[in-house]
Order: sequence, then C-alpha cells, then structure tokens
Amino acid sequence: MITLDSVSKSYEKGKPAIHNISLHIDKGEFVFVVGDSGSGKSTLIKLLLKELNPSSGTIFVNGKILNKLTRRQISKYRRSLGVVFQDFRLLKDRNVYENVAFSQRVIEKPNWMIKKRVPEVLTLVGLADKYRSNPKELSGGEQQRVALARALVNRPKILLADEPTGNLDPKNSNEIMKMLEEISECGTTVLVVTHNKGIVNVMKKRVIHLRKGVIISDEKEGIYVEN
Amino acid sequence: MFSLASIATMGACIFLFGLFFALNLNFTYIMKNVESNVGITVFFNEGLDQASIDTIGQEIRNRTDIVTKCNYVSADEAWESYIAEYFEGNTQAAEGFKANKDNPLKHSAHYEVYVNEIEKQNELVNYIKGLEGVRNINQSQQASETLSTINRLITTVSMLLIIILLAVSIFLISNTISVGVSVRKEEIGIMKLIGATDTFVRLPFILEGILIGLVGAAIPLTALYFLYNQAIEYILTKFSVLQNFMNGLQPVNHVFQFLLPVGLILGMGIGFVGSFFTIRKHLKV
Ligand SMILES: Nc1ncnc2c1ncn2[C@@H]1O[C@H](COP(=O)(O)OP(=O)(O)OP(=O)(O)O)[C@@H](O)[C@H]1O
Ligand SMILES: [Mg+2]
Repeated sequence: MITLDSVSKSYEKGKPAIHNISLHIDKGEFVFVVGDSGSGKSTLIKLLLKELNPSSGTIFVNGKILNKLTRRQISKYRRSLGVVFQDFRLLKDRNVYENVAFSQRVIEKPNWMIKKRVPEVLTLVGLADKYRSNPKELSGGEQQRVALARALVNRPKILLADEPTGNLDPKNSNEIMKMLEEISECGTTVLVVTHNKGIVNVMKKRVIHLRKGVIISDEKEGIYVEN
Repeated sequence: MFSLASIATMGACIFLFGLFFALNLNFTYIMKNVESNVGITVFFNEGLDQASIDTIGQEIRNRTDIVTKCNYVSADEAWESYIAEYFEGNTQAAEGFKANKDNPLKHSAHYEVYVNEIEKQNELVNYIKGLEGVRNINQSQQASETLSTINRLITTVSMLLIIILLAVSIFLISNTISVGVSVRKEEIGIMKLIGATDTFVRLPFILEGILIGLVGAAIPLTALYFLYNQAIEYILTKFSVLQNFMNGLQPVNHVFQFLLPVGLILGMGIGFVGSFFTIRKHLKV
C-alpha cells in the first residue's frame, strides 16, 4: 500500500531530516514509528501527506507516485487519508462539532451524513458532551481527541497519527490505542508516531525506529528500547 | 473596512458610467433629430435643363450609404413656400403679392439632401461639388461640426474616467480579498491538507468579490434612476422650448432598459476579475 524508495528530505539548511529511507507497509497494517526528538518522524508523516515533497527518491501510495500527482489529484489523494497533526491544527474560531464537521464539509459530504457521523465519532473519542466547546476551552488531551475525531470522521483508508496520545494520561492513551487497533483490524492502514514506550511494548506491533533520519531497526512485534 | 472602500469606488465607477451613458444616449438622440432637420441644399447652374437636373438627383440618390432623403424643390415651389412663410396665413395678401410679381427665385430650384450621419456630410458635399451642373451648396457645417466635436469629447473623457475608476475598483477588491485570505491563511492551509479542492477554497472569496461588485453597482444605479427622473422633469418644465427643439429627451425606462443589465453585469464582472486573479495568486499551496 505504502512504499518508500530511497527517499531523502533536506530542509533548506542543515543535514537531511530523512536520509535514504526505503520501506513498505501493507494494507491494514498497524505500524509504530519511534525515535528521539528531531529524528525525522513528523517529516515522514508530512511526506506521506504530500505537505512536503522529497528531495530525492520516490513515494508510492496505492500504486500512485505522489510526486506526479496534479493539484486536483492531490486533493483527491488527501481525502483518502486521515491525519492527526502533532500540533492538532484545530480551527480556533469554531466549536468542537464544527471542527469535526469541517473535515466532511471540505470534501463536500451531504448534510445528512454530517449530522449522523459527527456525533458518532465524537462519542467514540469520548467528547459527546463537549461538542459545543471552543478548542481554547479544552485541555490538551481533549484537543487531541478532537483532532483524532476529525481524522476518523471521513473513514480514511490510511490513518497518519503524529503523537495522538502525547497529552493523554495512561488510561486514556490505552483507550485511544485500542481504538486505533480496532480501526486497523477493519482494514485501515494505521501509522502511529509515539514516544510512549509502555504502550509500544505491550501492543506487539511492527516498530520502525528512526535516528537522525535513518531507520536503525524495523521489526514485526517489535519493542521500543533506547540504545 | 476595505470592502467599504471597494464598494464606494465601485459605486463611483458605475455611477459615472451610468451618467455618461445617459448623457451620451440623449446626445445621440438629439443629434439624430438635428441630423434629420439639417440638410444640404444643392443649387444648379442657371438655365440647366430638366434632364440634367434629374441626372444630378439620380447621382445623389445613388449614395445610399450616406443619403437618406433627396427632395426636388422647383423654383415655383420655393417661391410659394417663401411667400407662405412671409405672409403667414394671410392668403389674400399672398395671392395679391404673387399676382403682381414675376418669380424672383427663378434660379432657386434645388435639391434638399438629408444625410444619415453628420460626420459624413463633408464627404457627400465634396462628392456633389464634383457633379456637373452644380452651382452652389449650402450646408450647416458649423452646427454639425460643433455637435459631433462635443459628443466625441464627452465620450473620450468619460471613457478615460471609467477606465481609471475600473482599475481602482479592481485594485481595491483585490486588496479586500487579499486581506481576507491572509486572515484565513491557517484555515486555508488546513483545508488544503485535508483534501479541499482549489475550487472549494476559492469559491467563497470569488462570491465575496461578486457580491461586493453587485452591491457596488446596485447602489449607484438606484441613485441614478431617481436623479435622472428628477433631472428630466426639471429640464422639461423649466425649458419648455427645448421640448419642441429636441423632440423631448429619452425617458428613464428607455435608458435603464439597457443601463440596468449592463451596470449589474459590469459590477459582477469587476468583482469576479478582482477576486479570481487575486485568489489564484495566493493559492499556490
Ligand atoms: N520547517 C523546517 N525547517 C527546517 N528544518 C526543519 C523543519 N522542520 C523540521 N526541521 C528539522 O528536521 C529534523 C526532523 O524534524 P521532525 O519534525 O521530523 O522531527 P520529529 O522526529 O517529529 O521530532 P519530535 O519528536 O520532536 O516531533 C529536525 O532536526 C528539525 O530541526
Ligand atoms: Mg514530530
């Protein structure tokens, strides 16, 4: 489903954030991406979202080469993704309900579907009673769950989550991860960036470990150890 | 704030456009009246026989591109109409006067030629001068030239003003949209990242531009409608002489039948152009 072939990405100055990475992820797979701060995890997500273009190498998703998509095709491609951004990127001038509904409106879903799905997904992430709140009035963990609801509401084929439990307590983190696992069992490819060693080690999923833009290990049923 | 400025400039632009349009329409209307009243008079060489006179008439009528009417007035008819005018209804005196005199306008047989456009009158005069047997041509050169010069001046000045205001309107609308885009930059970025198409992102801004254009056109058009009505009423009551001379002015409905759709479309067009190209420039995400 997702294939990276010798992909590198350098920002204007400094060393490459991603250096010559090749990997393959199957449909429905659940993958953790771990590594120190600055090791290139968010950059990898941004490349998959085509928010950034690789400096060299090729990214294939669903048999399509991301570099070669037209503007119209990029929009279409992004609609098949659900993304939880590390910085949430919620709209500060809209309430929780509108933030999630926004994701559906943008891709021109009909109103009846929005009215049905938004409450469903807000219940799923445990925010049914806060749908009228403004993001400013929410805790970090609550904002994170809004971001997750927004990523899930379109029922994406691929879910990219950049530290979706970074601001959650262990109980909430476990619940969210369980949910992501269920979603992947229904056929969605899930890629989760995390620092949470406890969860990674318990869940026994594939773990890709980055350091300074390079993959230092990639194991099925892996664990997250520092070395 | 910016959108108020755009609406105001746009309003001024459409107002001027409408004003000059109404002026121009009336002017053209008056010109047409004058044109059909002012003709050329063509006199012949003394003693020219009727056959040659007919030939000249034929050759004048051949210029169908310019000539609308060409009447022959014989010497007797000319004399009769002179007397009729002089004695003004006093038929007895006129009859007496006529009986006592030979026709002093023996040589005043002529053609009255009417043209479709005053601008072409000179061309026709030169043509007729070249015909054999033509002695003299009278034309109201002065009047025709003054009229067409004024008309041309009005048209040029109004065109220039309208173009300048048009450019300013587009610039201001573009500015309004730019501000709107930069305020919502973050939101637009997020929209694009979750799969919004360019059209979806652009549409609200383009609609905003068109709306500004529509409002900016509707306000001055309404104002013009009432102003024009007032002006016409005022002119026609104060200067009732004009009524006869000019055959009246164009009624407001006649002017707006054209001005209303053109004004509205112009407004929307300016709004569309101003916003469309601005948003294109800003949305190269
Ligand atoms: N916009 C940018 N311009 C320049 N350099 C950048 C930019 N974004 C990231 N970098 C650099 O690229 C490297 C990788 O950044 P990245 O955000 O991918 O790290 P990360 O693994 O997500 O870290 P964290 O765990 O702290 O989120 C870092 O050295 C960072 O300084
Ligand atoms: Mg990161």
